[in-house]
This record gives sequence, structure tokens and C-alpha cells, in this order.
Amino acid sequence: MTLAVHATRVAGSCLQRNAWVCPDYVRTRGDILQEALVEHVGLTLAAVALGLLVALPLGVLASRSRLVETGASSIATVLYTIPSLAMFPLLLAVGLPFGPSIVVVGLAIYTLGILLRNIVVGLHGVPEDTLDAATGMGLSPRRRLWSVELPLALPAIVAGTRIATVSTVALVTVGGLFGYGGLGNLIITGQRTQFNAEVLTATVLVVVLALAADGLLLLLGRQLTPWLRGRAA
Amino acid sequence: MSGSVVGGAAAWLADPARWSGEAGIPARLWEHVWVSGVSVLVAAAVALPVALVLGHLGRGGALASAVANLGRAVPTLAVLVILVLSPAPFGIANVVTCTVVALVLFAIPPILTNAYAGIRAVDADLVEAARGMGLTGPQVLFRVELPLAVPLVVAGLRIATAQVIATATIAAFVAGPGLGRFISAGFGNQDTPQLIGGAFLVATFAVLVEVAFQVLQRRLTPSRSSRTGLVEDVGAAAVDTRQPGLTGSL
Repeated sequence: MTLAVHATRVAGSCLQRNAWVCPDYVRTRGDILQEALVEHVGLTLAAVALGLLVALPLGVLASRSRLVETGASSIATVLYTIPSLAMFPLLLAVGLPFGPSIVVVGLAIYTLGILLRNIVVGLHGVPEDTLDAATGMGLSPRRRLWSVELPLALPAIVAGTRIATVSTVALVTVGGLFGYGGLGNLIITGQRTQFNAEVLTATVLVVVLALAADGLLLLLGRQLTPWLRGRAA
Repeated sequence: MSGSVVGGAAAWLADPARWSGEAGIPARLWEHVWVSGVSVLVAAAVALPVALVLGHLGRGGALASAVANLGRAVPTLAVLVILVLSPAPFGIANVVTCTVVALVLFAIPPILTNAYAGIRAVDADLVEAARGMGLTGPQVLFRVELPLAVPLVVAGLRIATAQVIATATIAAFVAGPGLGRFISAGFGNQDTPQLIGGAFLVATFAVLVEVAFQVLQRRLTPSRSSRTGLVEDVGAAAVDTRQPGLTGSL
């Protein structure tokens, strides 16, 4: 019992001292952290999924037509250049409702440039002989795309998805300035109330989340390309 | 609804009062240019020598890619807030210093990794030939490797500048300098015309700088027709040095 009292006193002092590293913050605000983390993961998943949903068909088209490739990658580059803090208001101006949708759409737009380039590079990397063989075996263009080209392009697509995901996890925080930023919300409120532990804990969680997502995608990529496993080692 | 929003923003931009004074558009634009320019220059002064030496020696590839990965995973907003909340010499006392420090930190990774990749991408036979002709190490670096790496070095500076302009915009939310002030004020006062007008200014400025860099990069890229495709491809891959996987395969 004395031990418990002692622990409370010491922990209380780390909050009172406004320490940057404060285990008691994590203990007492666990629910808030969890809620912010869940929102962060949700926003990231939605943005990357939306990005892939647009980039995959566009990437396939771009790999077949130089014109589509140049056009799409130029537009994606220009959009990528727009700072996120400007992107969110501009999406309001084009009629998107205020809310998580501006964060999801804005971040999905950023993933496009990276995803498109990797999908095109991946599809271009499929050897000509392989394509000829697939056609010779009587595969229709659609079957060839699904069962030969996309699987062979998968390593490049996964590589692009990893970068897109890591930068999205970091960028979600900017959504916190508009109230929809997952862990970014805590960074913003922590700044306003000068609550150091809240800022640092949320920041560390963002970095950990980004690295964990990167690792998970790496593993997923390996699972999806069993034929590369022997070679990689 | 979006029509009137755009109209309001246009009216805000057209107001002559916006275009003068200490908090006017030209003054904020100048702050943005100044703070971004200084940050990119400082970051280049730190990152380029390291990248050139490591690239020339063929060492530190793991370091370059670790720096790139970390740069992508750490949220710029958080670093700004942490610096602002820190005690002196940073801290609330000097928001401009905090901003510049954060901008420099985030400009280093793309400059470092692209310059490194540029040096590494130089044809090994060329380097061999240069050595065979009796060039010393520094001569090989400055007469052969660096000139050939220039397009990628510029690509790194371009990516860093885009990153710096975006981060400088966010800095306005912690009372930093620059065009982001209009967005933060517009958001804080629920002044939609100012919010959208400010966002338009920031986006236009960022895109113009990007286009200028693209032109510069194209000018500096050797245009021997047989090699153009190759150089473009390496350039594309370098943007992706932010991502080790693809560069490795190229």
C-alpha cells in the first residue's frame, strides 16, 4: 500500500513538472490516446485505400499510353506540390464538406504521385518474353493483366504503397489543425495548453505507427510474392 | 455553395488593403521566401558535402536510406510544436528560429539522399577511365562525378524546397512567419474568404517554385539524345530514393 501511494506521488510530480517523458500521462490518458490512435489509423487506411483505388486503373492506363503517363504524372506532381495546409481549404472551395473527408481526400491526392510512378515502373519492368509467353498461352489481355502483369509488378507497387503509407501517417497530423488529425489532435491541443507530455507521446506514437505500418506492408509484400523469397535471401 | 466561396476568396484577394503593410500579402510572401531560402541553403551546406563524400567513397548507403526513411516518418508539425515548447535557445521566445531549425531538419534528407544517389549512379566505367587518366580522388569527384550528378542534386533541392515551403506554411499555426498566416487567421476567425484566398496564394506560390525548379532541372540535364531517356529514368528513381526498394532495382 505504501508502494502505491509512493507511485502516485512520483507520477503526479511528473505531470506537475510538465515533463516531456511522463509514464503517468500514458497511464491516466490511455483512453484518449487509444481513441486518437484509432482515428489516425482509420484516416490513414482510408486515404491510402482511396489513393490505390484511383492509382491502379490510372497506372495501368499510363503504362500503355505515353500521353496518359505524362499527363497523369504532371498533374500528380503539381498536386503533390501544394502544401497540405493549403490543400484542405482548397478542397472546401471545390465543394467538399468540412470534416474528415477533406483530410482523407487531401492525403489520398498526395499518395497518387508516388503510387502512379511505382505502378508504371512495375508494369514496365515485366519482361517482354513473359508477356509474349502469356499471350502465346492464349491469355486474354484482361487475364494477362490480372494473372501475369500485376503480380510481377507487385514488388514495385508494394514499395510505393509503403512510402505512401509512411508519409500519410506523418501528414495526418496536419489534419489536427482542422480537428481531424488523429494523434495530430493531441499535438495541437498539447501545444495550446503547453502540455509537453501530450505532445511528445503523440509524436512518438506517430513515428512508431509509421514504422509499424511500413514493417507490416513489407511482410505483406513478402507473403504476396512467394516466388521471390528464395531470391531475396 | 462552392461558387460563392470562390467569389468571396477572389474578393478577399482583390482588396487593395491586402497588398500593403506589414501583414499584407507582399510582406508575408517575402517572409515565406526568406525563411524558405535560408533554410534550403543551410540544409544544402550541411547535406551536400556529406552526400558527395559518402557517394564518392561508396559508403553510407544505409545511412542515407535511414535518414530518408526517418525524414518521412517524423511529422513536421510535431517537430515545430516540440521546438516551440522547448526552453531557450529555441522556444516561444523566437518562433522564427524554431521555424528555420525545423525547416532545415526536414530539408536535409531529400538533399542528402538524392545527391548520394546521383553520385552513385555515375557509370563505374567512367570513374575507372578518369582514374586511369591519372585524376586524383577529389578531381574525379569534382570533374566527373559531380557534373554528371547535377540533375539529381537539383532534384533533391527541388523536393527539399517543396517540403520547406509546405512546412513553413504550417509554421504559421505556431505564430511563425509566412503566407500560412492568412490560412491560420482565416481558420481561427472562421473567415472563409481569407482561408480560401490564403490557401490559393500558398498553392500558387508552391506550384510556381516547383515549375521553376523543373525548368532548371531540365536545363541542367545533359540532352544527348541517346541518353535522355536514361537520365530521365534515373531522375524519376531519385525522387523515389525516398524509398530504397525501387532505387535498388534500378
